[in-house]
Amino acid sequence: MKKYNITATVNGDELDYSCYADQTLLEVLRENLQMTGTKNGCGSGDCGACTVIVNKRPVNACLILGVELEGAIIETVEGLAEGSTLHPLQQKFLDHAALQCGICTPGFLTMSKALLERNPDPTETEVRYALAGNLCRCTGYDKIVRAVLDAAAEMRANAS
Amino acid sequence: MNEITNRDKNNFKWVGKNTQRPDGPDKVTGRARYGDDMIVPGMLHGKTLRSPHAHAKIISIDTSEAEALSGVKAVVTYKDIPDHPLLAPPYGPMITDFHDISRNIMARDKVFYDGHPVAAVAATSERIAKAALSLIRVEYEILPHVLDPFEAAGADAPILHDYQYTLGSDPKSSKPSNVFRVASSERGDLSKGFAEAEIIVEREFRSQPVHQGYIEPQALVATAAADGSVDLWTTTQGHFVIRGYCARLLNMDMSSIRVTASEIGGGFGGKNNLYSEPVAIRLSQKTGRPVRFVMTRSEVFRATGPASGTYSHLRIGAKKDGTIVAAEATIYNQAGAFKGSPVGRSVDTFFSAYSIKNAKATAYDVCVNRPKVAAYRAPGAPMAALGAELAINELAAKLAIDPIEIRLKNAVQDHEQSLSGVKFGRIGLNEVLVKAREHPHYSAALAENQGRGFALGYWMHGGGLSSVNANLLDDGTVTIATGNPDIGGSRSSMRVMAAEELGVDISLIKTIIADTASIGYSHLTAGSRTTFATGLAVINSVREIIDKLRQLAATKWDVPVENVAWEAGQAVCHHGDFQALSLKQLASLAPKVGGAIAGHSEINATGAGAAFSAHIVDVEVDKETGFTTPKRYTIIQDAGRAISPDYVEGQMQGAAVQGIGWALNEEYIYDHNGCLQNAGFLDYRMPVASDVPMIDTVIVEVPNPNHPYGVRGVGEPPLVPAPAAVANAVENAIGKRMGVLPLSPPKILQALK
Repeated sequence: MKKYNITATVNGDELDYSCYADQTLLEVLRENLQMTGTKNGCGSGDCGACTVIVNKRPVNACLILGVELEGAIIETVEGLAEGSTLHPLQQKFLDHAALQCGICTPGFLTMSKALLERNPDPTETEVRYALAGNLCRCTGYDKIVRAVLDAAAEMRANAS
Repeated sequence: MNEITNRDKNNFKWVGKNTQRPDGPDKVTGRARYGDDMIVPGMLHGKTLRSPHAHAKIISIDTSEAEALSGVKAVVTYKDIPDHPLLAPPYGPMITDFHDISRNIMARDKVFYDGHPVAAVAATSERIAKAALSLIRVEYEILPHVLDPFEAAGADAPILHDYQYTLGSDPKSSKPSNVFRVASSERGDLSKGFAEAEIIVEREFRSQPVHQGYIEPQALVATAAADGSVDLWTTTQGHFVIRGYCARLLNMDMSSIRVTASEIGGGFGGKNNLYSEPVAIRLSQKTGRPVRFVMTRSEVFRATGPASGTYSHLRIGAKKDGTIVAAEATIYNQAGAFKGSPVGRSVDTFFSAYSIKNAKATAYDVCVNRPKVAAYRAPGAPMAALGAELAINELAAKLAIDPIEIRLKNAVQDHEQSLSGVKFGRIGLNEVLVKAREHPHYSAALAENQGRGFALGYWMHGGGLSSVNANLLDDGTVTIATGNPDIGGSRSSMRVMAAEELGVDISLIKTIIADTASIGYSHLTAGSRTTFATGLAVINSVREIIDKLRQLAATKWDVPVENVAWEAGQAVCHHGDFQALSLKQLASLAPKVGGAIAGHSEINATGAGAAFSAHIVDVEVDKETGFTTPKRYTIIQDAGRAISPDYVEGQMQGAAVQGIGWALNEEYIYDHNGCLQNAGFLDYRMPVASDVPMIDTVIVEVPNPNHPYGVRGVGEPPLVPAPAAVANAVENAIGKRMGVLPLSPPKILQALK
């Protein structure tokens, strides 16, 4: 089976990978690039654990093919922090105890980042609907929603 | 064990304060390694061929074509898994029968459910492994199947196991049955009790099996070495249990299997069991290479979990003043393909929150053509509570008594016994009910089409075996190793308790989960036992370090050790003029004097407390569509003592939302052939963020006298009453009795007709 050579930017680094035509971005990230921060919960776009940001849009990495990404700019959970300084969302997830097992956390963080870039001042309802494609079975969402609202407030304060 | 003291909460430095969990940064940066994140050089990819039939005889399996495929390194079937004889009675409340386990992980003569493993392949890529599965030829003779536990218990049902005769039935069974056993507890005189009753409520209920719904699928890597030893990396709630099961099942020495628990992406009881581990070990032994298995979400739904679906029937009799004088319940718990549904816990749950003189509860353990059930957060309890709580609410309504008042009137008291004989110590039930009655939510106004539900949950926590090693390093920092996978923040609680004991800053303490070769036996992270039992072992280990440090200071000062105390992180002697010695000073002194200082503890903890959780929930029902929206939710629960309050709240909030799913929309849909039709998150619809409100919590603290800090355990009680509370709210919103979960829109529309 033929492989395709792709060049894309992942978390600011230009990377090359070769993949089969039917390989998803999730497989490329986890298997080819050994970036296991992006999680596989279902493989069918239903749980959001593999959410990454491609060209500024949040996508389920399990629903997009590696071969589609020539020249794409991809952001994953591994690119959120700057060195050892956590992104405000990461810090607020810790401050609010917004994770228990943590398997859904990378997807919630990337989805929330995409939300706040689009809408820096969301209401609770807007946060809940923006995160409705991300499943969490541990927290009941309460502390996640609070963490995102608090991060949004801090990011707005920092921006002004 | 050291003296148990319930210290004054106000004197705590760390206990009861919110601190950031030590594993947090790894989990928000993607560094934490879960089951599927282990990459081992040279590893092969395993895949499982599963039965497409609900019930069938295996006539033949031909693996030759699959074995011939380039890249396929080995294929295994039941022939590669040792058989084991049926476990003989007497049986305890929990049954571990290797006869059943060997057949569940790999079908032997029959398949018992859609998704039952039949063969497995190891290949150089997942793609080749998948292709190989399609080359395995299995010839089946399809048999009639049964899915419903009440039907399966009937005389004409298709029989799964022709060797199984019902235990505990009266009259004694004379032919094979799907009912493995009938468990029962009784006290008083039921017929006398019902004769005294001035009002009797009688109801029946059905609940669907529900999946634990952890987001991380089962995943592992097994590496068998040429010397016969095996390294196993797996996502599990109990790596010691996995080691023991694999060794027993595969006839290996326990010491030759070393299991490391990965970070675990949720479990809720669903990762207590063995699935692909022994198969992976066999494939690794055959190929000489590491073998990885990762379940797809469809495999998780078809072949792991769920909690039992149930049918139950209840009768409760009371005096006009609300005193319950008699109560009787019968429940049929679906066990899945093999015996072992949580009948004991169902029996214990029905009426144990209440002091009822005449009561009886009976539970049937029924095999059906579904995956073998697994524990799910308070196994056996939510379905029993569904019946008891809704029946009591109906009783209250008919007597025009407030639901909390009727419970206060009948509440079980300190030192009474549960129906199955568990003796309570100091319990916080009255405190929980009073707090619930006082909560503003309980008396808040409701809007049109809204209803309020109330339910009470009881759970008796587990204790058991836990081991801890604590090492003091010569720079004054401490490492704490436990044998319990951290599923929701236990490393944080262990650190808090260790810091509290030592009287030092939490940043000086590092916590890890040790593998099975590095620490003594530790039972599952389950039964809400970890903070209680493993926490006790942490406290013991740290106290051993403190004793050794006191001895060290006594030697240096040349005073009797009895004269040396440990206060605020330092050794002090009030019998003379001595400069206090800090933990750091003593730690650097230790290697020069007697050697490194460590503490360890291996315990079988007893005295875990019972806990009670009361739920108030408001829902709004759209009468046009039948769709129910939870609007407000409050949980009032006795935690004994909240070591890490944020994470105690998190347990309560998560359970509430699981209960909302259980009550309103989660269910398995099988076709007429007994094949699962909704084996994915799109169609098995768990609650999402936009489905639910904030979940308010009130932590009541009635300390457990059997723990130095009063811990009871918090994970399970909040699921017990949740489905009942939500169902009760729906009933009150639409003014109809609803006894069949889930209360999905079609059922509500039907009820409104």
